[in-house]
Amino acid sequence: MAEEFEPKIVAFLCKWCSSAGSDLAGVSRMKYPPNVVPITVMCSGSVSPLYILSAFNQGADGVLVSGCHPGDCHYIEGNYYARRRIALVRKLLQYVGLEPQRFQMSWVSAAEGQKYTQVIQDFVDTLKPLGAQKKLRRKK
Amino acid sequence: MKRTGVFICHCGINIARTVDVKKVAEELANYPGVAHSEDYIYMCSDPGQNKIIDAIKENNLDRVVVSCCSPTLHETTFRNACKAAGLNQYLCEIGNIREQCSWVHEDREKATEKAIKITKSTVQRLLRNEALEPISVPVTRRSLVIGGGIAGIQSALDLANSGYEVVLVERSPSIGGHMIQLSETFPTLDCSQCILTPKMVEASKHPNIKLMTYSEVEDVSGYVGNFKVKIRKKPTYVDPNKCVLCDECSKVCPVVVPDEFDLGLTGRNAIYIPFPQAIPATYTLDSKNCPGLVPIACGKCADVCEAGAIDFDMKEEIIEEEVGTIITATGFDLYGKENMAEYGYGKYADVLDGLQFERLLSASGPTGGKVLRPSDHKVPKEVVFIQCSGSRDPEMHCAYCSKICCMYTAKHAMLYQHNVHGGQSYVFYIDIRSGGKGYEEFVQRAVEDDGVVYLRGKVSKIFEEDNKIKVWGVDTLTGKNIEIDADMVVLAMAMRPSDGMSELTKKLKIAVDKDGFLSEAHPKLKPVESVTAGMFLAGAAQAPKDIPEAVAQASGAAAKAITILSQEQLYHSPAVAEVNLNLCTGCGMCVDVCPYDAISLEDGKAAVNDVLCEGCGTCAATCLRAAIQTRNLTPLQVHEMIKASLGG
Repeated sequence: MAEEFEPKIVAFLCKWCSSAGSDLAGVSRMKYPPNVVPITVMCSGSVSPLYILSAFNQGADGVLVSGCHPGDCHYIEGNYYARRRIALVRKLLQYVGLEPQRFQMSWVSAAEGQKYTQVIQDFVDTLKPLGAQKKLRRKK
Repeated sequence: MKRTGVFICHCGINIARTVDVKKVAEELANYPGVAHSEDYIYMCSDPGQNKIIDAIKENNLDRVVVSCCSPTLHETTFRNACKAAGLNQYLCEIGNIREQCSWVHEDREKATEKAIKITKSTVQRLLRNEALEPISVPVTRRSLVIGGGIAGIQSALDLANSGYEVVLVERSPSIGGHMIQLSETFPTLDCSQCILTPKMVEASKHPNIKLMTYSEVEDVSGYVGNFKVKIRKKPTYVDPNKCVLCDECSKVCPVVVPDEFDLGLTGRNAIYIPFPQAIPATYTLDSKNCPGLVPIACGKCADVCEAGAIDFDMKEEIIEEEVGTIITATGFDLYGKENMAEYGYGKYADVLDGLQFERLLSASGPTGGKVLRPSDHKVPKEVVFIQCSGSRDPEMHCAYCSKICCMYTAKHAMLYQHNVHGGQSYVFYIDIRSGGKGYEEFVQRAVEDDGVVYLRGKVSKIFEEDNKIKVWGVDTLTGKNIEIDADMVVLAMAMRPSDGMSELTKKLKIAVDKDGFLSEAHPKLKPVESVTAGMFLAGAAQAPKDIPEAVAQASGAAAKAITILSQEQLYHSPAVAEVNLNLCTGCGMCVDVCPYDAISLEDGKAAVNDVLCEGCGTCAATCLRAAIQTRNLTPLQVHEMIKASLGG
């Protein structure tokens, strides 16, 4: 039997909530699949659409942006900007024909290690049947 | 060519168990830009730090990556080590291969692969880091304390006695919090009011404390050392300087509403003083319950006030204060009675909560300290106390232990036995948690000296019949069913964060845990700090706790605040936004999105105020021309990190 497809995921985590939440998952020794490589940014509001496109372009099978819950942004309102921007990016990605499931946004607070674990597990489960992302991948 | 040093930590076996640390170090040794790579069992240890310092000097390294635990733990340690070796501290970055890798994965091969990617990604970022110097900002050397209960009062007094000005904000008409409602305190049976009122008086008279009661925090902006706070001072319609406390106003007031201080056991008028020792000592006209201020529908109170203290034209005020630190000590409320219908709470008059029972025991309470049934004012001959009402019940109510109920229930039962001779008290419990100095002895005293009967088990049913409250339960130690014809039932209700906490934390931008209590920055090592610099936590707002713990934490929070207030200057991260003037067209989109008003247009181009900028990067993601970016986390750096994260 062929080896199961393992999706490559880039996760942009805001420093204050989601990265802290993923730290809590670690401290609590929760388990999730190792498909995700996290990139900690200051705020989900700093995630430019170009970062998302760049990740798909460089071969990511899925991209996650995770920030503080709406209303709880460490930088007051950065996650609201992120939310609006990401809605547009999602439309753009759909327009060019990328499966919408490949791009996700989640709200994970510093206290939600369990939720982070679940988000990653669910994302990996969603991506596995889709196989490798080729639509936006750079031609070698 | 850049000369990066890479250091991979084993963290004992915390990392090494799932990550092949040697393999990571070997892989990185051949990575472009890396001049030195090694692993060590504890990088954070003194020999570990010395390895970094020695390697910098011996190999002429110009930047350092340490792959270890989360940067929240040892980033400062390693940056200081680099500084000691003469390297700029911002040329050191941390790769998190413990919390975000070794601790969450089991497959050694895949975890190792991920650790390599994380470390390479960190190297890619670091290769493009600039050497920066921290930005210094002046400190506003005064503090805000939110909440005037025992914790808030203690924090305020400690700060004020250290020479710092304090603004103490309390939303109700008097300071004192829940502690002023209590009768006696465990385990010494000190009179609660007697030990608290001296502190209340001291706080109100202290030249360094600006007391703002009947006030609420409306808005908070700024950053550590320089917060701007808007406080809404609600009108009391009574001039405290003129009021002589004659009580003539409340005598003529036609309105009676449940008294908050006695938890609804008595009534109060629309114009009232919460309790005799209230501070400030003045009456408050509760505009919600007054028949009408505009137009004046009654006005009887003003007619009888000889001092002319009542002013119906008093208006709400917004007061702005500048402070360097903020301590949140907003305390607790009891779990709502609407949630405990199964115990008849809120349905039967003689089913009370612990705070109501405190008022019955209190010498200043509605019964003058006599235990009487609210329904018929008779002395209850048998009283059942039920611990864990709403606590330790993850299916139905709160999963956590409210911590103080075992002790105050023992106290209640003991005081009841002292109060009602020939009476009998029963306590239903799950476990007795009496950790604390003198606490276990206190519970034993209740059982052995005062004859309180403890029954280990839960109550299954409570109902009223023949003027009795029937309590059915089981004693799990004897296996027998228990039926008690009680005259009164007291529920040790769970503690929860005080009403309005979630709105306040949104204004403060501080985090709460799953139960809504304030989150500390680290559960073990930063128990009084919030994640936000300059904001501290005290008292039951952070978790259920008793008075000595609240006082200790309040003093701890004050001491932590002083570590900031005692400094002339604070330093904040230089990783702020910078504008590329060649690309900026002066469209002003960054100005609009900046949450700190740190960007303005000068000569048709965006200009960043380094002191105000917090480095969130929202401007950078907004700019259509990539003309603004945050230092040391630029789009180029992120693209390279993405590439390395994907194994490219």
